[in-house]
Amino acid sequence: MKLMKALLTATAMTFAVAGAAQAKTLVYCSEGSPEGFDPAPWTAGTSFDASSRTIYNRLIEFAPGSTETVPGLAESWETSDDGMEITFHLRQGVKFHTTPYFTPTRDFNADDVIFSFMRQLDKSSPWYEYAPGIAWEYFDSTGMATAIKEIVRVDDHTVKFVLTRADATILATFPMDFASIVSKEYADQLDAAGTRERFNTHPVGTGAFTFVDYQQDAVIRYQAFADYWDGKQPIDDLIFAITVDPGVRQQKLVAGECDIIPYPNPADIEGMKANPDLTVMQQEGFNIGYLAYNTRQAPFDKPEVRRALNKAINKQAIIDAVFQGTGQAAVAPLPPTSWGYNDQLVDDPYDPAAARAELEAAGVSGLKMKVWAMPVQRPYNPNARRMAELIQADFAAVGVEVEIVSMEWGEYLAQSSALDRDGAVLLGWTGDNADPDNFLAVLLGCDGVGSNNRAQWCHQPYEDLIQKAKTTFDQEERKKLYDEAQVIFKQEAPWATIAHSIVTMPMRNSVQNFKQDPLGIHRFVGVDKSE
Amino acid sequence: MLRFALSRLLLVVPTFVGITLIAFLFIRILPGDPVLLMAGERGVSPERHAELMAQFGFDKPMWRQYVDYIGQLLQGNFGHSFSTKRPVLEEFMARFPATLELALCAIVLATVLGVAAGILAAVKRGSWIDQATMGTALVGYSMPIFWWALLLIILFSTSLGWTPVSGRIALTHYFPSVTGFMLVDSLLSGRPGAFASAVHHLVLPTIVLATIPLAVIARQTRSAMLEVLGEVYMMTARSKGLSPSRVIGLHALRNALIPVVTTIGLQVSVLMGGAILTETIFSWPGIGKWMIDSISRRDYQVVQGGLLLIAAMVMLVNLTVDLLYGLVNPRVRHV
Amino acid sequence: MTVQTPDPTLDPVPGAGPAAQPVPPLLENWHYFTRSRGAVVGLGVFMALVAIAVLAPWIAPHDPAMQYRDALLVPPAWTAGGREAFLFGTDAVGRDILSRMMHGARFSLLIGLVVVTIALASGIIVGLVAGYVGGRTDALIMRLMDIILAFPSLLLALVLVAILGPGLFNAMLAIALVLQPHFARLTRGAVLAEKSREYVTAASVAGAGHLRLMFFTILPNCLGPLIVQATLSFSSAILDAAALGFLGMGAQPPTPEWGTMLAEAREFISSAWWVVTMPGLAILATVLSINLIGDGLRDTLDPKLKRS
Repeated sequence: MKLMKALLTATAMTFAVAGAAQAKTLVYCSEGSPEGFDPAPWTAGTSFDASSRTIYNRLIEFAPGSTETVPGLAESWETSDDGMEITFHLRQGVKFHTTPYFTPTRDFNADDVIFSFMRQLDKSSPWYEYAPGIAWEYFDSTGMATAIKEIVRVDDHTVKFVLTRADATILATFPMDFASIVSKEYADQLDAAGTRERFNTHPVGTGAFTFVDYQQDAVIRYQAFADYWDGKQPIDDLIFAITVDPGVRQQKLVAGECDIIPYPNPADIEGMKANPDLTVMQQEGFNIGYLAYNTRQAPFDKPEVRRALNKAINKQAIIDAVFQGTGQAAVAPLPPTSWGYNDQLVDDPYDPAAARAELEAAGVSGLKMKVWAMPVQRPYNPNARRMAELIQADFAAVGVEVEIVSMEWGEYLAQSSALDRDGAVLLGWTGDNADPDNFLAVLLGCDGVGSNNRAQWCHQPYEDLIQKAKTTFDQEERKKLYDEAQVIFKQEAPWATIAHSIVTMPMRNSVQNFKQDPLGIHRFVGVDKSE
Repeated sequence: MLRFALSRLLLVVPTFVGITLIAFLFIRILPGDPVLLMAGERGVSPERHAELMAQFGFDKPMWRQYVDYIGQLLQGNFGHSFSTKRPVLEEFMARFPATLELALCAIVLATVLGVAAGILAAVKRGSWIDQATMGTALVGYSMPIFWWALLLIILFSTSLGWTPVSGRIALTHYFPSVTGFMLVDSLLSGRPGAFASAVHHLVLPTIVLATIPLAVIARQTRSAMLEVLGEVYMMTARSKGLSPSRVIGLHALRNALIPVVTTIGLQVSVLMGGAILTETIFSWPGIGKWMIDSISRRDYQVVQGGLLLIAAMVMLVNLTVDLLYGLVNPRVRHV
Repeated sequence: MTVQTPDPTLDPVPGAGPAAQPVPPLLENWHYFTRSRGAVVGLGVFMALVAIAVLAPWIAPHDPAMQYRDALLVPPAWTAGGREAFLFGTDAVGRDILSRMMHGARFSLLIGLVVVTIALASGIIVGLVAGYVGGRTDALIMRLMDIILAFPSLLLALVLVAILGPGLFNAMLAIALVLQPHFARLTRGAVLAEKSREYVTAASVAGAGHLRLMFFTILPNCLGPLIVQATLSFSSAILDAAALGFLGMGAQPPTPEWGTMLAEAREFISSAWWVVTMPGLAILATVLSINLIGDGLRDTLDPKLKRS
């Protein structure tokens, strides 16, 4: 077994060494370990960076650096007049990766598309729960699970999605990571060998980079796919050096051990901007950081209590202490750059005296509560612990005692969605696509309760508006509906909206063509490195 | 000697059994459903839950579970990591060489420098050299080593740029791991600059990890030397006309080293604790970092198996030290 | 052990005991202790720390939990940009570092005290029983101690805290459990050595019961090494608690425990050095002073090493 492994590694190495003469290596110091290499069951951006964005492709893609969509594995597509059918015309001659553990015998075709979606839809499929803990969170929360009636194989290169309802948001979900196209042939091979779990640890895709090796929690290695349908990448070897501490990432960047890093400490940004070897890119993040109350837990089931607590929070102090200037206070649950943003919304004022009075009026005294703080840095929240400490002091000033709770990130994501979660949770969201539905429905809709809706909030008037907007195809009409929904949101206050952040991406000057994605994905397709 | 070895081994057995008992009880003491604890964040469906309960034998009586557990251990099955699904033993063996390499370098550095400093201090007793050496040693083991590591990184890696920030070797070097020891493998790979890179990356972590053992060994050597130097037979040797260095080298050192060897052995346990902190700060992919990551990830099979393996390893080292001590000091053998 | 407190149950046999000591033993020990300059310095620093810890609520310039929103990450007063109000500067949420360090002293000393008390008490009892009763009980107890000692102490403490849940109290409990075997072993060893001595036989013949023999006859003569070990464990406890705090498993923020402060400060290594350096220096000073005292005590109480 060990010999086999050594042989496989040696083979992989030969590929690497063959091009080693002038091999260009890009080292990206990532912020965490991927949950797995199958792009569909996981939700963390860290996992997407490591899997769907390097190894896989989707039918429709986001253009680099924007939320506009361009053809991916589908060259063209059309929606039927009644909105119930979407037909994709697939690209031909697309090859899957050849790796030491898999050699494809055919090109990409309709079977792969159908499998990629059906495995998440069909509960009777052996792939539905192919490893312990597999759940298709995005497939469910975006509504795809209930929207697809069937997928029809028209021919080798044409696939038709038949929907259960006319839904304007469905097309917008195809560029998302969970909709990545996987290899049915590889799945069949694993099925036959009885090793289905390898689908998640030894991935095969059509993307620009092939998977070479993963040293747990340390290094992920990729190699440029020579037969990539869009042309071989300028970078030969891509390395993810997993570096959890943002200070260490910055040190490694300065020392030249990393070429590009995500999520630096806000405190280090000025220093890096002044460094002549580094380029610091910044962009308004398409995100929101919030504190979600558990609307099913007393006394947070009363909107007046939630609004009162919102008034106790000093947002400016948070922007200063936590974001150190790289953020702006949030009013709405989606960022100002979204076309659905309601700029007429009025925020809860910072008024501790009023907060105290309103809490008393609501019959709340001596309240003890938990505030959950994330252990990791996210674009919408560089330091949740510190934010929690500030909120703790703010709430103490109005007579509410806060206990700060934290745990490992995976645990945090799972346990915070529980219906009976004790306390308010700090979390956030970066948009997956340009559609406001992605914020307003995914995070606050009834379907999201128990998963992405961490306020466990299901409010019928709001829900009605959101649902209506899903089936309306006129953008202006939809904007009106979303504006109204946001007003209801502010009244009911299931969240305290904290901030939208500015996303910073420092890199060495030798890195070329990197474009910051408004959606927070880190893409290395098209990136080059000068000598 | 054989009788001594056997008696020592016999003493080890009940301790080892005790360790397995603790490792076994570990998952069962934890509050909560053991299957859910292992399943972690995503949870399991009720059917799968029943499956896993039967598979792990949680539905059997406790003593039966323990017997099965011992049986599994004897077959080399230490459980499976929940995050990677690979056997715990495999994961351990993959990471152990990294820690071993670091620990060996640290103990060599600590021993060489520590013994030298201790001898120097003892010979120059009372002088400023003695006071300076012992003062430095005292500071050495009074410091929180994670803070010391951070300071060294700020100075040598960030400000001066002399040493790398983290990892075992520059990422551009990628070669098959034959022994798991980066120093050896980099030489075997024949790639230019790989060995130098491996050494370069070892410098700071070794210094950090060696600090406490160095201080302790220096102090221990000094007092052992002083004791020996004051013995009557030393005066005899000197009056015989032997030169001072012969006196020190031949007679004093050999006798002084005996307690020092014991100290070195005891430092292994300290090294493991120090390795946890050092590996975390330097992102060194050894078993210390693995344990921390697993504890925070709630990968309890790994924590259980890892605990057992590490304790067994420490016991092995202590046993070896005991036997070596018996070899060196005949008086002990007949106790 | 040369320190022998006269046993009140014994009638002093005229002329047969050791020569009467001209100086009471405690004073004699103090005399030896103060001969070592390092020990005296250590004691002085330690007393100062205790004073600071006890008086912290009154002498600290600010409330350690008070967040001055207009004074975030202020450098120390003697550097450019520093403010007089904050001698050692402020941290990321505007809390005065000097005040937090003073209150942190309370936590560290508390940790040392609690851990050593628990470890000492339980270790002594276990060791006494093992040494005195002997036989299978002794073997069983010593195996148990060996098992605990087989695990690296920090690792065992980490796992225990993982079981019990992170927090200061659980951390202290875990560390006490891990340090206890040292005391048990020491006590047992001393008991075995003293058990067959004449004064013990004499006391037993005179009618002293087992408990009395254990605690009042034998134990006082084993105190020397135990005291030395206690100081060692005090400093170990502080370092281990700081390590656990640093790893996020000990005292939780916003508790101003020094190790926890270091964990929060890690991101400011490059931009605000005082947040990282100060708590570390506090730990160093405290542990160093205790180790100096420990050295002095060892020189005083253990005659064999008096020569060095």
